[in-house]
Amino acid sequence: MTDIARVATQTSDAPMLTLPATRSIPAGWRVIGSREFTEHILSVRFIVLLLVLGLAGVLAIYAVAGSFRDAASAIAAEATKSLTGRPVSVFPLLFTQSPTIPGISGQSFPSFAGLVALLGPVLGIAFGFDAISSERSEGTLPRLVSQPIHRDDVINGKFVAGLAVITMILAAVIVLLSRVGIIRLGIVPDAEVVFRLVTWFLVAAIYVAFWLALATLASVVFRRAATAALVVIAFWLILTFFGNQIVSVAAGYLRPVPSGATATETLANVRMVADLGRLSPITLFTEMTQAMLNPMVQSLDPFFTDPTRRAFATALPYSQSLLLIWPQVVLLLAGTVICFAAAYVSFMRQEIRA
Amino acid sequence: MASTPVVIRTRGLEKRYQRDDGTQEKVAVRSLDLDIRQGEVFGLLGPNGAGKTTTILMLLGLTEPTSGTAQVLGFDPLRDPLQVKRHVGYLPDNVGFYGAMTGRENLRYTARLNGIRDDESEATITDLMARVGLPDAGEQPVETYSRGMRQRLGLADVLVKDPAVIILDEPTTSIDPVGVVEVLELVRGLARDQGVSVLLSSHLLHQVQQVCDRIAIFVAGDVVAMGTVEEIAASQQRGTQVTLDIGADGDVTAVGEVIRAVPGVASAVIDPQDRRLWTVSVLPESRSAVLSALLVAGHTPWLVRDRGMELDEIYQRYFAATPAAVQEPAA
Repeated sequence: MTDIARVATQTSDAPMLTLPATRSIPAGWRVIGSREFTEHILSVRFIVLLLVLGLAGVLAIYAVAGSFRDAASAIAAEATKSLTGRPVSVFPLLFTQSPTIPGISGQSFPSFAGLVALLGPVLGIAFGFDAISSERSEGTLPRLVSQPIHRDDVINGKFVAGLAVITMILAAVIVLLSRVGIIRLGIVPDAEVVFRLVTWFLVAAIYVAFWLALATLASVVFRRAATAALVVIAFWLILTFFGNQIVSVAAGYLRPVPSGATATETLANVRMVADLGRLSPITLFTEMTQAMLNPMVQSLDPFFTDPTRRAFATALPYSQSLLLIWPQVVLLLAGTVICFAAAYVSFMRQEIRA
Repeated sequence: MASTPVVIRTRGLEKRYQRDDGTQEKVAVRSLDLDIRQGEVFGLLGPNGAGKTTTILMLLGLTEPTSGTAQVLGFDPLRDPLQVKRHVGYLPDNVGFYGAMTGRENLRYTARLNGIRDDESEATITDLMARVGLPDAGEQPVETYSRGMRQRLGLADVLVKDPAVIILDEPTTSIDPVGVVEVLELVRGLARDQGVSVLLSSHLLHQVQQVCDRIAIFVAGDVVAMGTVEEIAASQQRGTQVTLDIGADGDVTAVGEVIRAVPGVASAVIDPQDRRLWTVSVLPESRSAVLSALLVAGHTPWLVRDRGMELDEIYQRYFAATPAAVQEPAA
C-alpha cells in the first residue's frame, strides 16, 4: 500500500532537541492543598458548618453550665472519693453532660461530644464528597494532571486541605467552648484536663478524617457528586440510627441468648455486641470520648462499665485513660488509612479521560 | 529540513484496551511512528475516537502505552513525566477552569504548579491575557466566561509555563469563526516567531489545512496518511490520473462528448450531486488539452476544480472506506 511507504518516509534520523532537566519543580500537593484550603474557607459550606457547630456547641455548654453548678459539687464529691484522694476536675464533664434545657422535658439535647459524634461525619462528608468528581465534571482534571505534578499530588493535596479545614473548625469550636465554660463555671482547667482535651481533639480529628477519607473514596468511585454524597450520607444514617439494632440482631444470631440462659451465655452475647459495635467508627468515637473526658471510666468492657460493678471508685490518671482508648485509636486510624488507600489506588488506576 | 531537530519522536507506539468481556482487544493507536520537528505545526486529523487524544495522553505520560517508545524533548514520558509536563503545554478538549476563581487566578495557579513565583508570573499573565484577546476579563470569575472565552483562557493557560512544545486538542471547537482565525493566527505566530512546536488535533479539516505544516490522518487507530497537504494529495491520486470537476457553457451532453473525445481522458460521468458538472478522470498532462478542446468547441468552462488536490476529498474517501471504524466510539 502506498500509504505505508509514505508514512515511513516521514520519519528521520534528525537529532532530538534535548532540554536540560528543570530542577525547580515544586511539591505539587502543597500548591494544590493551599488552593483547596483557600477555596474551602471561602465556601458557603465552611461558614454554615462553623456556625452550626459553634452555635449548637455554645448552646449545649451554656445549658450544661447552668445546671452544672448544683450538680458539680455532687459530681466532684463522688470524683474525689478516689482512694488516692486526688481531686478530679469536673471541667471535661462540660463536654460530655447532656444539658437539661428548661421547658424541654428529658435529655433531648445532646452534649457537645455527642454533637461532634453526630456532626463530625457531616464535616468530613462536606469537604470530601466532591473532591475528585468536581474536578472531573468541571473539566479541570486533565489540565491539572498535565502540569508537572505527580498524579497522587491531586488526591493527597485535597485530603490534606480537607483535614486542615476540619481540624481548624474543631479546634476553633473547642477553644471557644472552653472559654465559655471557664467564664460560666469559673473553673480553670489544670494541665491534665488540657491534655485530655487535646487528646480528645486529636481523636475527634481522626474520627472526622475517617469520614473525609470515606467521602473522598466515594468521590473517586462515583462520577456524580450527588451520588457520592447520597451514598456516604446513607451509610452514616444507617450507622447512626440503625447501627445498634443491626449489631444486636447479629450478636443474637452469633451468640444466642435462649430463655433461661446462663450468665456465661448472656455475657458472651454482651461482649459480642460490644465487639461488633466497634466496627462502627461512631461507637469507637463514643467510647474514646467516655474514657478520655471522664477519668472515672476505668474500663470499656461492657461488663465493667456499670458503676455498681466498679472495683474501686478511682479516677484514672491521664496515661491510663490513654492506654484504655489505645485499641480504639488504632482501629479508627486503620479504618481511615484503609479508606484513603482505597481512594488513592482507585484514583491512580482511573483513566484521566472519562 | 533534515537538520531541523526533532522535538517529539515515537517508534511503534501502540495502545490497546481490553474489552469488557476480556476476550478481545481494541486498538486505540496502532504502531505509530511520528517525528515532529522544532517550529513545526503538526496536525492530527481524524474523527472522534480515532486515537488522537490517546496519542496525546501517551506523549504526556498520562496513559501508559502497551508497546513502543516515545521521546519528548529528550525525556521519556513514562519515566520522566514531570520534565515532559514542565516543558509541554497541553490544552485538553473541553478545557475547564475553577469557576469561582478569576481568569488571572486560574493562570497564577498553573504558574505555581510549574514552580513559577507569583511576582515572576504577573507580567507574563497580563501579556498573555492581551494576546489571547481577553485583556479586560482577567479580574472576572471564570464562571461568567462564555465557552469561547474559556477556550482563549485555555490557550493563555498553556503558554504560562513558557513551553517548548504545545499540544492542542480540538482547540477551536467552541470558538466563533472570527475567533478561530485569531486563535489559529496566534498558533502560527508562536511557531514562526518563537520556534514553538505545535501538535494540533482536530476533526475539522479546513482548520488543519489552514495552519499545519504537516498532517497525519488517523482512522480507527491507524495513521493512514502523513505528510504535507500536497504530499498526501499527490499520494492519493489513483494511478496517474487526476479527477477534475468541469462545468462549461452549452448543452451538458454535448460538453461530455467533447471531453470524452480528448486523448488521455479515461472516463467522464455527470456529477450526481450537480447535474451540470462532469467528473472527469484524466492524465495530468492532458488537463490543458481538455480545456482547449472545450474552448474550441465553443463551450467556455465556467468551473474547473481539481479534486485530487483537495484534502476534503481524501478525508471523505478514507472515512467512506471505513464506515465501521468511524461509528465505533472511543474506548
